[in-house]
Amino acid sequence: MKSMIMIIIGTALVNNVVLSQFLGICSFLGVSRQIKPAIGLGVSVIFVITISSAVTSLLYNYLLKPYGLDYMKTILFILVIAALVQGVEMFLKKKSPPLYRALGIYLPLITTNCAVLGVALTNVQNGYTFGQSVISGFGTAVGYTIAMVLLAAIRSRIREEDIPAPLRGAPIVLIAAALMSMAFMGFSQLSL
Amino acid sequence: MNKYLERLYNGIIKENPTLILMLGMCPTLAVSTRAVNGLGMGLSTTAVLIFSNLVISLVRKIIPDQVRLPAYIVIVASLVTVTELLIEAYLPSLYDALGLYIPLIVVNCIILGRAEAYASKNPPLLSVMDGLGMGLGFTAALTLAGLVRELLGNGSIFGFRLLPESIEPIAIFAKPPGAFLVIALFIAILNMIGIKTRQRKLVEEDCCGNCAACANRCEKAQEGGTE
Repeated sequence: MKSMIMIIIGTALVNNVVLSQFLGICSFLGVSRQIKPAIGLGVSVIFVITISSAVTSLLYNYLLKPYGLDYMKTILFILVIAALVQGVEMFLKKKSPPLYRALGIYLPLITTNCAVLGVALTNVQNGYTFGQSVISGFGTAVGYTIAMVLLAAIRSRIREEDIPAPLRGAPIVLIAAALMSMAFMGFSQLSL
Repeated sequence: MNKYLERLYNGIIKENPTLILMLGMCPTLAVSTRAVNGLGMGLSTTAVLIFSNLVISLVRKIIPDQVRLPAYIVIVASLVTVTELLIEAYLPSLYDALGLYIPLIVVNCIILGRAEAYASKNPPLLSVMDGLGMGLGFTAALTLAGLVRELLGNGSIFGFRLLPESIEPIAIFAKPPGAFLVIALFIAILNMIGIKTRQRKLVEEDCCGNCAACANRCEKAQEGGTE
């Protein structure tokens, strides 16, 4: 139990996927204009990363590893993730229309989000078991959501400010992200 | 200008993938801690980009339109796996430094973006030159970011110490926040000297996140512009 909590804190705060590992930067900058879509994408990412960590962990431990096909992992994982996102989208459309309306527009954005593949590969690299993979996937996605919602909140305040002309647009957003990243570095002292 | 050289110029200067198109930000931010890492990552991506453009251009008339994206992803993933194995075998120190980011070349927006926007519509030789130009543009931007971060964060360039011992390097530039700061600085400088980047599009229009959609949209915007 304690190790599980350690994994969640480690992946969500200490090694934040966006602010210290730089995965999923595109959507982090792209969808953080307002808080509501940021939460929507965050929830979809939590959903997809948790499922994809479970599936890729099973595939790796029971298919690739026993047959010595380790080198196939990149190809297999990216295909599984692409298919999975499509599958989740179709399933939600049929079984849960309200959830689909809330998350649907974000799901296609996630296929090429490098955080999803990044988590799957990190789990394998760290030699995580099935349970640990799912927990680490969940923690990573929670960290992603935290970072994105925080940035969206900061950006909604920046918009009203008088920013020097060369810094308008992407530079000021990146500087805000840099300051957040510094703040998150404080978590590196955190140990249980 | 010769149309092959024009592709090189286009990739390195006019449509520099990192600084002008703002694609492939993840590896740019992550591996630019040192100039040599940036150079290694840039050249690995260039190799993948050249071959993926070549293969996709060769099979562009065979692949049915509906399944082209999965097909491109499989081609790119295979090439990335080959590159990863080669780096692991011949450049182990680079392999350790780049780690996770080598397999993640698969999801680099630049590669699928070029496949969709250029290689799927143009003959092989031109596509190869396009891949080379874009790859070198990416390498140049990554190395430049690496140079600045290494000089400020470590006081050295390509591992050679430049600043005297008495000057304490600013360690934060070698750490994650430094990456955001240096890239912000680059774009701010480009803004100041009046070079238009696609950043507004990326940040304001929820572009990217999905490379294929992004490539489509950018392409549509271009077509709209020429009509």
